[in-house]
Amino acid sequence: MHDPSDILLCVRDLQVHFGSPAQPVRAVDGVSFDIRRGESFALLGESGCGKSVTALSILQLVPAPAGRIAGGEVWFDGTDLLGQSELQMRQIRGSRISMIFQEPMTSLNPVMTVGEQISEVLQQHLDLRGRAGRERSIELLDAVGLPAPARRIGDYPHQLSGGMKQRVMIAMALAGEPDLLIADEPTTALDVTIQAQVLELLARLQQDTGMAILFITHDLGVVADTMDHVAVMYAGQVVEKAARGAFFAQPLHPYSRKLFAAVPGGHKRGQLLETIRGSVPPLDRKFTACRFVERCDEAWLRCHEQLPPWIEQSAEGESHGVRCLRYAPDIDVPAVTPGSVAVVKDSAASASRDGSLVRVRDLKVHFPITKGLFHRAVGQVYAVDGVDLDIASGRTVALVGESGCGKTTAGKAILQLIRPTSGTVHYRDQDLTRLTGKALRQQRAHMQIIFQDPFSSMDPRMLVRNILEEGIRAQAIATRAEQRQTRVESLLAHVGLPVSAAKRYPHEFSGGQRQRIAIARALAVNPGFIVCDEPTSALDVSVQAQTLNLLKDLQAKMGLSYLFITHNLSVVDYLAHEVAVMYLGRIVEQGRVADIMQDPLHPYTQALLSAVPTIDKAAGREVIRLAGELPSPINPPRGCHFHPRCPQAMPECQQAYPDLTLLDNMHQVRCFLYPAN
Amino acid sequence: MFAYIIRRVLYAIPILIGVNLLTFALFFVVNSPEDMARMHLGEKRVTEQAIEKWKQNRGYDKPLLYNVQAEGVQVLTDTIFFTKSVRLFVLDFGSADDGRNIGQDILQRMWPSLAIAIPVFIVGLLVNITFALLLAFFRATYIDIWGVIGCVILMSISTLFYIIGGQYLIGKTLQLVPISGYDFGLNSFKFLVLPVLVGIIGGIGAGTRWYRTIFLEEINRDYVRTARAKGLSELRVLFRHVLKNAMIPILTGAVVVIPLLFMGSLLTESFFAIPGLGAYTIEAIQAQDFAIVRAMVFLGSVMYIVGLVLTDISYTLVDPRIRLN
Repeated sequence: MHDPSDILLCVRDLQVHFGSPAQPVRAVDGVSFDIRRGESFALLGESGCGKSVTALSILQLVPAPAGRIAGGEVWFDGTDLLGQSELQMRQIRGSRISMIFQEPMTSLNPVMTVGEQISEVLQQHLDLRGRAGRERSIELLDAVGLPAPARRIGDYPHQLSGGMKQRVMIAMALAGEPDLLIADEPTTALDVTIQAQVLELLARLQQDTGMAILFITHDLGVVADTMDHVAVMYAGQVVEKAARGAFFAQPLHPYSRKLFAAVPGGHKRGQLLETIRGSVPPLDRKFTACRFVERCDEAWLRCHEQLPPWIEQSAEGESHGVRCLRYAPDIDVPAVTPGSVAVVKDSAASASRDGSLVRVRDLKVHFPITKGLFHRAVGQVYAVDGVDLDIASGRTVALVGESGCGKTTAGKAILQLIRPTSGTVHYRDQDLTRLTGKALRQQRAHMQIIFQDPFSSMDPRMLVRNILEEGIRAQAIATRAEQRQTRVESLLAHVGLPVSAAKRYPHEFSGGQRQRIAIARALAVNPGFIVCDEPTSALDVSVQAQTLNLLKDLQAKMGLSYLFITHNLSVVDYLAHEVAVMYLGRIVEQGRVADIMQDPLHPYTQALLSAVPTIDKAAGREVIRLAGELPSPINPPRGCHFHPRCPQAMPECQQAYPDLTLLDNMHQVRCFLYPAN
Repeated sequence: MFAYIIRRVLYAIPILIGVNLLTFALFFVVNSPEDMARMHLGEKRVTEQAIEKWKQNRGYDKPLLYNVQAEGVQVLTDTIFFTKSVRLFVLDFGSADDGRNIGQDILQRMWPSLAIAIPVFIVGLLVNITFALLLAFFRATYIDIWGVIGCVILMSISTLFYIIGGQYLIGKTLQLVPISGYDFGLNSFKFLVLPVLVGIIGGIGAGTRWYRTIFLEEINRDYVRTARAKGLSELRVLFRHVLKNAMIPILTGAVVVIPLLFMGSLLTESFFAIPGLGAYTIEAIQAQDFAIVRAMVFLGSVMYIVGLVLTDISYTLVDPRIRLN
């Protein structure tokens, strides 16, 4: 057993309520956990499960008066935090417990310099002012790896990139030399390469300072990489709690197991991903049964009748707790017939390789930068700078890269939503770049797009029926009202929504359902080709699984071609047939998904793949650390764009952009390491 | 940034020309000099000669745009458009019906207007911000709720009520200051107190409510949560973080009215008998002195445009995101 004085933070039966006292929403309903000194503890869960509220309650920062702590205890290093006055809490916040947030873009004050914001903490808690404060701020910025900290200290947040802003947030959190750092999804808004940098930084700082970290995340991969302990939250409760090793070796709770099964990956190709049916129950009532029962495949009668007990098992000196009746010692658990894995036909095998449906050649999109009195063009943003792509019918090509690499611009330029500066885009035999007006509008029936954010990409004042009908009318697919109605109904059925959905507004649906509506809208005009622009990035992993299943199913049934724009490589591995890796406006490597994922050639692809946190603990991967961030597409580095960050850069890389090297299996790469033959 | 400011100023030029053309159309095309003369001299028993004379006195007998009888440049300059409208650009407003120079009048009468408008503007802004901060600090308590109700009540009451009520209470019943009138120099102080006070009170309701909304919007932002997580006190959060950000919309919203201040207030000035530009305009309308009304309409538009330019410039001063891009 562990020494009790070893425990830094102890949360017991925490209750946080929102809304009216008569019928409160129990956002956090009896959460308990302990964090030991110096350990990293992950609170894992999907959106809305109460993990952020739990974290805010520790600091008593739950937004009042809407939310209030209704019960429980929080002990921090022998102090009862809930019993502290606001004045006493201020001594603790930012000094003994500090916090970093998900959105570094909005979490910093836009009108104060970085230096002012850091020295504010130094003033408040350490009484460091003036020169001493400034020097300490520079030291802190240096410690979090911000380049040229003495110069950066006078910068405003908007002058920094997302990764740098998060570093500033971390520097600010460290300023008070805390014993506990609460990190609320600190890497969710960042690219994988930057995420790897930030995670590494947190691990190093933890080692140096001995602080404990409460890490809130929805990403199993991040947990697998760096955490000591995990607690899984569902609907306001902790449903499972274990040491990392034990948890990843054998997750106990059905919900945890579902989460694992929902994560896409290469080994799950050809089968549908596991999904969790239904949705999280409303939390404005008292529960008399398990909260997960309606969605659980393993539930039986008793699960509906009683609250599940908290069961502790002990393995190798570490306890593994779970809130599930299946593990109660004195209960006969009925056997569960293992559900058969649904198989989906992979259209790759069946696709007739009759040449490409969409053929993109030397696509360029440049935006002029204007300056001065008369808007002189002083430069160009080389957003897309010579992209070649072939998309065969019935196949999925994934376009991957860090944010700002030009992948979304490329997708829009292919659809002529942005007019390309030069290059050609052929759909069958039509060169879309030459079409205008009506001719182009007619072609739009063949090409559709699904956007990342299903919340902002639909008109909130239009009924779902009108949203779906708009394209049908514009393309004159069904001219009579009854015809359109039947078509809308069949579209909804295709994406698995009830007919009644047609008479509702987008805001009445959850994120996943809305993405289904977006898919139905794209399908409404019978397209052959759909650009999917990060369609699952805004969704939880279980909802993402549903969406991916749907896309895969529709492809098999209708022979659709997808250009799948994403930064999520496990999705690529699951869904795509071919992959194109984009860096700063150009494709650096391209080939079949198996070749790219198993045997990446370009150093950038290698680094990108290594930076993805995986739940596969056996991998024992070595993260190839990329220095710095994506350079600006205004002034791309001379020679190979990647050479300033490349671990294998050679002198010739600075001279010229490497030519295309064609290897076997249609695998193409642009890198001097692979000389053209 | 410098190019940005110059560009803003240049953008204002076509708008000014448009305003000028519109004023010309309103005063000389929609309402011809003939109509003006008839309105002025009365509809009945007016001889053609009288009308001609009236027009001649004011220079309204010239052709509108093009003078065929003149020679050289005079075909364009010896017209109503040139003498009455183009001259407005160099702030030559011509003379009023009584022969006085309008430009001189404006120069003289703007001071009393400013003497009221500037204190109302500055003190009003400070008072409104203070009240709004107070309500934001006590947000969602009874103080806030009753504060907002109070604001709505203050907003709903007509300015006339404040003027007459103030004159009755402070001027007549308490006899602290004169009910109306004006004097120059330091003597003007006792005449100014009441109109200034009325002006401030009349603006509290709308101003406080609006600024409170801005503050609350800022208070709910992520960076405020960050500031609280640093352990800063609520007052520090409010003054260092929220106020600084909220001042961007507040200041830029306020700057647009600064040039209009010297146009004075029509109501206040006529009720308190302040010889400012507001009263000047009212008198001109009553006397149907079209030259003055035209001058004031044009001046008002110009001042509004100047205000918009100043707003754009003030953005660059208070918001680093615009200043440094």
